[in-house]
Amino acid sequence: MILEPLREVAAASALQEWDPSAIEEGALDCGQAILVIAPERAAGVCRFLKTEQKFERLSAVTAVDRHPDEPRFEVVYHLHSIASGARLRLKCRLGGEKPEIDSVTGVWRAADWYEREVFDMFGITFRNHPNLKRILMPDDWQGYPLRKDYPIHGYKYSYAEES
Amino acid sequence: MSDVAQTTPTDATTRRMTLNMGPQHPSTHGVLRVVLELDGETITKAQPDIGYLHTGIEKECEVKTWQQVVPLTDRVDYLANLSNNLCYCLAVEKLLGLEIPPRARWMRVMMTELTRLNSHLVWLGTHAIDIGAMSVFLYCFREREDILRIFEMFSGQRMMTSYFRIGGLALEAPRGWEQAVGRFIRAFPSKVDEYEDLLTKNPIWQRRTQGVGVMSLEDLLDTGVTGPMIRAAGLGWDIRKAEPYTDYEKFDFAVPTREAGDVFGRYQVRVEEMRQSARIVMQALEGMPDGPFTADAPHVVLPDREKMKTQMEALIYHFKIVTEGFRVPEGEAYVAVESPRGELAYYVVSDGGARPWRVYMRTPSFGNLQALPWMVEGGMIADAIASMGSIDFVLGDVDR
Repeated sequence: MILEPLREVAAASALQEWDPSAIEEGALDCGQAILVIAPERAAGVCRFLKTEQKFERLSAVTAVDRHPDEPRFEVVYHLHSIASGARLRLKCRLGGEKPEIDSVTGVWRAADWYEREVFDMFGITFRNHPNLKRILMPDDWQGYPLRKDYPIHGYKYSYAEES
Repeated sequence: MSDVAQTTPTDATTRRMTLNMGPQHPSTHGVLRVVLELDGETITKAQPDIGYLHTGIEKECEVKTWQQVVPLTDRVDYLANLSNNLCYCLAVEKLLGLEIPPRARWMRVMMTELTRLNSHLVWLGTHAIDIGAMSVFLYCFREREDILRIFEMFSGQRMMTSYFRIGGLALEAPRGWEQAVGRFIRAFPSKVDEYEDLLTKNPIWQRRTQGVGVMSLEDLLDTGVTGPMIRAAGLGWDIRKAEPYTDYEKFDFAVPTREAGDVFGRYQVRVEEMRQSARIVMQALEGMPDGPFTADAPHVVLPDREKMKTQMEALIYHFKIVTEGFRVPEGEAYVAVESPRGELAYYVVSDGGARPWRVYMRTPSFGNLQALPWMVEGGMIADAIASMGSIDFVLGDVDR
């Protein structure tokens, strides 16, 4: 279902027509379109938006931790079309138990590092990612720094204890 | 970080070797490590390894009040600090629904264009020195010093200026700023001619840069590259024109493009951008509107010092803003600006409180650096230096 103001957004109506059940929710915030997509549909929706709606750029992939609310994580895709100048934000809600979602590296190569960063900072696993490893933190780091329950202070608070 | 697997011992009969370039290599401009696999002098594989400058700024933002985040944004891209200030302020102002007065908007345009000049000057100087042209560096840093003096005059700081605040500017422009900026900007185009005299027709420069690091426009867009690199591949996409912010639509400037998509093309685009930025600064200087430099929003902007000492309401607002900050309505905004390196965007999420719930920085260097392997694989090792210089990344911007 999509809300009335979103009917103005061409990509949202086209997506609604292509797969009526893909959009779980939609909203306009500060004039910017946000679509909440079912996580298992995300990669397919991205492919559709890239090929049919000319969203040739993936600006960024990031996540927001809504802890202690459930579902805890929102994976956020920022799409941009140079051809039409439109920007679109896709969100997928994931539970905190075992957050997993399909990678979109097959759609845009740009997703590679962005998804690794989300994995590194939030511990969200991207299925079928070619090289899902920590990117900013050391390989042996424990914990996911941008989660809300990760402490802000403390020297090597959650660093591996082996040495 | 440590993304690279342990190197496997190579067969003694082959000439393959693995070379660690960085983290302390002068042409990585910071601490970037690139693991190169070499066949003779040809690069067969390149793997950038980032994270050495990771400081957790995004996490830090979540425990600061909205206004306290501004100085942190300076430190993300320390060569384009005002672009970062601007982008963050625009995002929060969007959530607050604040209207910024014209003088502040024009001052923001002028200062961010000076930032672009500053950043491009550092890029040109270091890029040239990487390839072996020593003297350009000295020329560029001569002009950069003038820009830093202007920043110091405005804000009291040379690099970490934090001059833009949510709701406008930190301070009124200092006395005599017109003369200082005017003297600099009138002389600047002739300085760009000097750099071009040293480089553009220089046969060594041309051979080191032409046809090097070529990537097609489709590949660049697919790997997340923005800014001068895609303009050098023929796409005239500039956020200042495509999605104008802070009155950019009122300024007359061109978006330079080149078709070649090589290191030389990127050099030409950036040099031409310096000339265009100088035009924008000139227009801002001549048409600077009068009026207040902060928005009329007493719950967000600190009151005037005189009022704070004489009026009760102003004192209360001052006390509240300083002790607990201000609240920002629940919601989220994604605002993009054209930083010297490409699309810089802040994605700011508020839960309605006095501190950001999440601040995500879509930094241009992070996206641009992803393209490095495609640019250098198959080329010579000496060309990798030229390609890396042409990306113009800042490691603080990559790692945050």
